[in-house]
Formats: sequence, C-alpha cells, structure tokens
Amino acid sequence: MGIPIEKLLWMYEMMVKIRHYEETMEEVYMEGKTPAFNIGAGTVPGEMHLSNGQEPAAVGICAHLTKEDTVASPHRPHHHAIAKGVDLNRMTAEMFGKETGLGKGKGGHMHLFDPNVKFACSGIVGAGIPQAVGAALAAKKRGTDAVAVAFIGEGAANSGAFHESLNLAALWNLPVIVVVEDNQYGISVPKDAATAVESNHLRAPAYGIVGERVEDNDPMEMYKVSERAVERARNGEGPTIIEIETYRFLGHFQGDPELYRGEDEVPTLREKDPIGRLKEYILLEGLADEAELTERENRVKTLVDEAYQFARESEYPKPEAALEDLFSS
Amino acid sequence: METAKKQRLLTGNKAMAEAIALEMEKNDDVFVLGEDVGKYGGIFGSTEGLLDKFGPERVMDTPISETAFIGAAIGAAAEGMRPIAELMFVDFYGVCMDQIYNHMAKIPYMSGGNVKMPMVLMTAVGGEYNDAAQHSQTLYATFAHLPGMKVVAPTTPHDLKGMMTSAIRDDDPVVFMFHKTLQGLGWMDQLDASVGHVPEEAYTVPLGKAKVAREGADVTIVGIQMMTVYALEAAERLAKEGINVEVIDLRSLVPLDKETILESVRKTHRLLVVDEDYLSYGMTAEISAVVAEEALYDLDAPIKRLAIPDVPIPYSRPLEQFVVPSADKIYEAVKEMLEE
Repeated sequence: MGIPIEKLLWMYEMMVKIRHYEETMEEVYMEGKTPAFNIGAGTVPGEMHLSNGQEPAAVGICAHLTKEDTVASPHRPHHHAIAKGVDLNRMTAEMFGKETGLGKGKGGHMHLFDPNVKFACSGIVGAGIPQAVGAALAAKKRGTDAVAVAFIGEGAANSGAFHESLNLAALWNLPVIVVVEDNQYGISVPKDAATAVESNHLRAPAYGIVGERVEDNDPMEMYKVSERAVERARNGEGPTIIEIETYRFLGHFQGDPELYRGEDEVPTLREKDPIGRLKEYILLEGLADEAELTERENRVKTLVDEAYQFARESEYPKPEAALEDLFSS
Repeated sequence: METAKKQRLLTGNKAMAEAIALEMEKNDDVFVLGEDVGKYGGIFGSTEGLLDKFGPERVMDTPISETAFIGAAIGAAAEGMRPIAELMFVDFYGVCMDQIYNHMAKIPYMSGGNVKMPMVLMTAVGGEYNDAAQHSQTLYATFAHLPGMKVVAPTTPHDLKGMMTSAIRDDDPVVFMFHKTLQGLGWMDQLDASVGHVPEEAYTVPLGKAKVAREGADVTIVGIQMMTVYALEAAERLAKEGINVEVIDLRSLVPLDKETILESVRKTHRLLVVDEDYLSYGMTAEISAVVAEEALYDLDAPIKRLAIPDVPIPYSRPLEQFVVPSADKIYEAVKEMLEE
C-alpha cells in the first residue's frame, strides 16, 4: 500500500496514546464536578473540547512533519499537540493550571504553546490559519523547506480568515496546508445547515490550489493525501486544502447535553472506530502481532499516565505570578 | 548650542521610513507588509522609498485582507522574524482586531513568556481634514486599554524615527501610531511641527518615556501628537500674558510614564489633559485618575479635560472643528483654570 510499516505502527500507537489521553481527561475533568456540574470547579476547570474519534486527522499528517514544521491548532487541540510531539507533561500541567505548564498556567487547554516543536493553538475559530501562513512565509523567506499546517473544524471554513488566508497563501505560493476536520457539527449546527458546498476541498479551485478529501475517517488515506500535500509544499508548489470526514464521539465540549444528535448516532460512529479498524488491518496484513501492539499500547499509555501524575504533583503558580510575562522588556 | 552646524530637516514620514530602512539594512529578519506599502510608499508615506531599496520580497504589498496579513505577521514573528505590518487607517481595526488583541497581544502572556512577538503594527491616526467618522479617529485608548501591546504615538520627526527604531528592536508587539497631519505630506495642512531635525544615523528614543516639551511653573498640560502641538501653540500665547505652561508630550500610552506627569503636577499644582480621542473612559480619564490617586493634595484646582465629546467625528468643517480640541480651546481652558 506504500505506507512504511514503521509509519503505520507509529500512527497506531499515536492514536492509542491520544485516545488514552482523552479518556483519562474525561474522568479527570469530572473530578469535583459531581453531583452538580460546575464548569469552573474541579481538578481541570474551564471548557474542555476532547478529540476522541478525530485522531486520524492528526496522525495522518503529523507522520510527515518534523520539529521544524509549524502546526496551528484550534480550540480542540490535544490530538494535534500529541501527534506533533508537544511535551506531554507540561501540556497536562498547563490544563491543571500548574506552574510547570507550557504557559505556567496562563493559557489552559485552548492555549497551548510549545515553541520547541513549533506548536500553537487558539480558542478563536479560524484564527490559526493566517498565523500558519505567516510561519510558512518565514520558512520561505529563510529558504528552509519547513511547512505549516493549520487544523480547523469544518465550521471555520466559513470564516473570513479562511478566505483571506488561502488567497494570500496561494498568491504568495506558500507551503501551507489547511486540514479541515469535518466532524459534521459546528457545536450543534450540522454542516449542511452552515456550508453551501458539500465539502470544503471543493473550495480549493477558487484559490487555484489543490483540494483533496478523505472519506470515512481513514488514517491511511489521510496519510497518503497528506504525503502528497506536504511534498508539494516542500517543493514550492503551494498550499493545499485537505478535508477529512471525521467523527466526534463526544459533545462539542464536556457537559454538552447533545440534544441535537439522534440517540443511535454516536454508537454508529463508535462502531467505525478508526483505532480498531487500523489494528485489524495491521493484524490481518501481519505487519505486527497482538503482543507487539499490546507492548506499544502499554508503553504510550504509561507515558500518558505519567503526564497526569506530573501535572497532579506540580505546584500551582504563586497568585502574583499573574502579573508576569506580559512584556519581555 | 551648535547653531553654526547646519541641521538636516526631515518630515515625519521620511523620518519613519528612514528608521525602517536602517533596521532593514542591518537585519534580514525585518520586513514590511501592508496595503500600498510598495510602489505607493504607504498612503501616508511611512514606507516611502523602501521598495526601491529592498525590493518586493521585503516590502510586500498585500491584498485587502487585514486579518490575513496581520495574522501572517504574527505567525512570522512567532518564528523569530521582525515584521512591520501597516494597518492603513486605525479606523480599520474592526476587520482584524481578533488577530491584534486576541493573538498578537495575548500569545506572549498565554505562553508564559515562551513565545516572543517582536513585531510592529504601524497605523495612521487622526483627523481634521474632513475625512469623517470612519477615517479620522485616533483610538488611542481602545488599544491602550487592552493589555499586552506597547502603544506609542510620537509627535516630532525626531521621535518618529527614534521610537520606530526602538519599536523594531523591541521583543514585544508595538502598536506604532503616527498622526497623518504630522507626516508632513504635501497634500495636507502644512505644519511647522511636521518638519524637524533628524540625525542621519540610527538612534533610539525609549518607548514608555514622556517628554517635557516646554517647561513652565503655572499649569501642566498633558497632550499627545496634535494635542501637544496645539498645547505648545497655546502656551506661546499664554506666555505673553505671563502664564507659564508646562507641556508634556506623552509619546507613549503603554507603558505610561506616570512619573514625569506626577513630577510636573507637583510643581505646577494644576493639570489639563487634552486628547484627540473620545472623552469617556479614555486617556484623559486615565491620567486624571493617576493624578487623583497619587497627587491629589498637590492640586490647587480641579483637573480639567478636553477631548472629543463622545460623538463620532463629523464630516462638515464647522462640526469637526467644534468637537476636536484646538489651541484656542486649550488657551481658554487654562485661563478658566487660573481664574477659578
């Protein structure tokens, strides 16, 4: 199929790692929020947007990226951050509001910044796209072959930032890839009630660039489509829009009553769990055996557990540290 | 005084452009992007001559896409470059403020200082040339209110150059507001204040330091840009009547140089604050509050404020002249303060 075994296994274990991270967060997030749900209470307060089910979008393209490539992620950033190699301990500590966090507790779950692996995210829909364009512009000016990837939800493709940024990226022929995660909903509003085209990759010709779509949340297809897009970008052939049909197993955020979804919708999606499907493929093709996969699963799960442990054991910042880090001079 | 030595005079716009050129020569990471910054040289001349010197790769005309190109400047700054983005009129901030205040201003803080944002957002401010409500504002306080940006507004060509140099070299995001009328453009009012001595070499004027533009003992007037110019004009007239006004050119809204203001008020015991921005919740209120908090008992009279009386800037000449503070209004206000 053209995907190196090592890459396939990397994608598999990375998806397991992400899922274990998010499932752990589901539990941790509810600590201190029962019996009455209070968003500001508990170990991890504030909004929480989890990515269970959306792993293929992140791993399929991050498999082609290095530390030198930039990723701009939106409000649902964990799968991208983990796949990009963001420091897991400090990322988790950030969500716990601890001083060892990536932003010393000033950012939280929607504002994770790890300049060591060039990862950033924003809680504002569509806002990361122009910043990815800027990272790509910097790469071009400096003559490196780095690329920039902006992940967005399908809802963000209707923002002005999407149009302005893609026009600019195409005009300047920049190495930018916009990955549209079509999880079918902008919070509660279904895609077909918000978007005039069936798929956002169809908007690519409007900018004179390539657009591709990945169906059915398929990590291997995402890998292949991304491989082409990253190669084009590195070769100076400009931007790409990739839309992937993906599945949001949970609500928009934790605590979302999901009244806008039919009862059997999520169970049907879960039957198509991309992790199980990839595992099945690997075993069927004999690329690894059950024991090897289990070993890999255990290894990454331990890393996740250690990250949560690190976050728990870390100290809160001193309150007056709120006044620091506004300016560097 | 070296009166014998001939001093080189420049307009405000040429002083700014020269600062940018000198930094671009020294540092490949510095580049300019914005609407009409190339061949046109900036609608208000801020990038005059730069395209010829540095070419279109470093002086980049952009589409009318403020969100995209300011966002791109942010993305490039996060990678360690030093972009200078021009927002043609400050009034246009409405189409791109998310990038400015949610990202440029907040990313350094939200990252715990791990991401630096060494960029300049330069923008034209001010009215009194009948450009009406959407092209005449200064919006000093709108930007100064939001934490995370340094906000400067130099008055003289000397300070325009020196503070632009400082802004480019600064590791924090700087909103650099230049006043259209102080650019010394041939197609606007010709003001003496828009031309001044500017040394040829690169030099810095610190961000966050106010300047005593005229010393006096009777009243302190705090102004910025055109309001400083008018205050100096009024001070001339008042001096002939034996009233000695101290004029402070604020130059920087963030950081705010409280010390220079307080020191002056402790000397003169009277304060008039003049602003070409809206009255309520603005710079005049902020400075009055600082003085009331820290030097109330040094005052011999109530603080007085002159600013745009909370209406959009009207178009028609008599209407606009009515709402914008002038040298006459400043003169009258000082007289009233001393009579009280």
